[in-house]
Amino acid sequence: MRYSYYPGCTLKTQAGASLERPALQAARALGIDLVEQEEWQCCGAVFPLATDEIAPFLAAVRSLATARDRGEKLVTLCAACHHVLKRTNHLLQVGSETRDKTNNYLQLEQPYTGEGQVIHYLELLRDELGFDRVAQKVTHPLAGRRIAPYYGCLLLRPAKIMAFDNAEDPRVMEDLLLSLGAEPVDYPYRTECCGVYLSVNNEEIAGSMVRKIVHAALKQGAEAMVNACPLCHYNLLNLQEKTPGGEPLLPVYYFTELLVTALGLPEEVGDKTR
Amino acid sequence: MVQVEMVDIYIMGKKYVVPASLTIMDALEFAGYQLKRGCGCRAGFCGACATVYRIAGDYELKVGLACGTKVEQDMYLAQIPFFPAVKQVYDLETLAPSNTAIADYYPEIYRCIGCNSCTAVCPQDLKVMQYIAYAQRGDLARCADASFDCIMCGLCASRCPAHIVQYHVAILARRLYARYLLPQAPHLKLRVEEIREGKYDAPLEALMGKDIEELKVLYNSRDIE
Repeated sequence: MRYSYYPGCTLKTQAGASLERPALQAARALGIDLVEQEEWQCCGAVFPLATDEIAPFLAAVRSLATARDRGEKLVTLCAACHHVLKRTNHLLQVGSETRDKTNNYLQLEQPYTGEGQVIHYLELLRDELGFDRVAQKVTHPLAGRRIAPYYGCLLLRPAKIMAFDNAEDPRVMEDLLLSLGAEPVDYPYRTECCGVYLSVNNEEIAGSMVRKIVHAALKQGAEAMVNACPLCHYNLLNLQEKTPGGEPLLPVYYFTELLVTALGLPEEVGDKTR
Repeated sequence: MVQVEMVDIYIMGKKYVVPASLTIMDALEFAGYQLKRGCGCRAGFCGACATVYRIAGDYELKVGLACGTKVEQDMYLAQIPFFPAVKQVYDLETLAPSNTAIADYYPEIYRCIGCNSCTAVCPQDLKVMQYIAYAQRGDLARCADASFDCIMCGLCASRCPAHIVQYHVAILARRLYARYLLPQAPHLKLRVEEIREGKYDAPLEALMGKDIEELKVLYNSRDIE
């Protein structure tokens, strides 16, 4: 199974050790060949709602077209990159002035009209590999671990375009946790917004949103939270209440960290060039 | 008499008739300009002679180095001997090769809108936008590698709508990479020590004392690797 892989900037910096490295390690162990695109640029991080300007879509279209040319699906890991790439792909699929303008500007050898496919790593595990195959490779089941999945917005909404899971009642992280032997905790607010970039200029509002989410999970007996988005991760970890010792009340992990633990993969030494 | 093919070119909007076989730089001199700036090695290495031009009737702006681009009929020329780009001052010895080392000095790299105009304009055919993408994510090794052939002509910066100075970003990446991440070359260290110890002082002084005719003979009979 060979795929083009679009990491995104955060995975090369802040989330490298906890999100990207374990994901690539697990992929190798599961027999999935993720080939990082030779050239990719920042996706822009936020999908622009004004579609009459083409510049914000150019990086995404270049990556989508390159994967199309290689005949490979494009795999993402960061929820924000996934959101931008998937929605850009849709925008070019449905046919629009943006599609014409973008192609006219880029002058690709073959115009791009959304024929490629973008899938998130979680979809890769669920739809391409299958959670049963993941379960077969588990050597250190997370037995008795009560984990609360947190989805946030970017993977789920807008539901029709993202087509990721049931946007009101998603299951993919619950099913992954089950395949790893853990016990998923059901709680309200798991699909609520974490406050996104409000943590930059209005920490109070973002903090109140995060505390509501974290308290709900704690109340249901969660011992940790799992998620797939670097920005949610940052907010959940930094804006929740702390213990007197300064530790977060509820530890927050990327799903990839639990995946490598359950697969019994050793911690890898970091890339020295970074 | 041999007929020399001539073409019309326009320097700062004024028409000149020059031989078609000339480079832009030679044509400027043929037209009577004496070049004091915007002219260096005349061999495509120094990047001093960046030129923007357009052929009459064509909408596309083109670029090239004046020393290595031939004149064409109806070529409208504009020389860029100097580009007023921001150049940060730093002490390499006090920096660290971190993820944010470049962003600390050139935060405008995050303004890149991905238009790729820089790449389109580069006379060295570098993937300029891509090396800025490497800089954005702190990948000094790739940024240094992808920008290695940069001659710092400034054309990329002249076209950037995000006001990025790509070539100064790139040289910072190469400096950091060479200073902190690449293993030191043992032969270079040895040679520097030899120079410090004065091993080459005497032969250099001997050369300085020779007259021009002797120097010419020595130059023309030198070993070429």
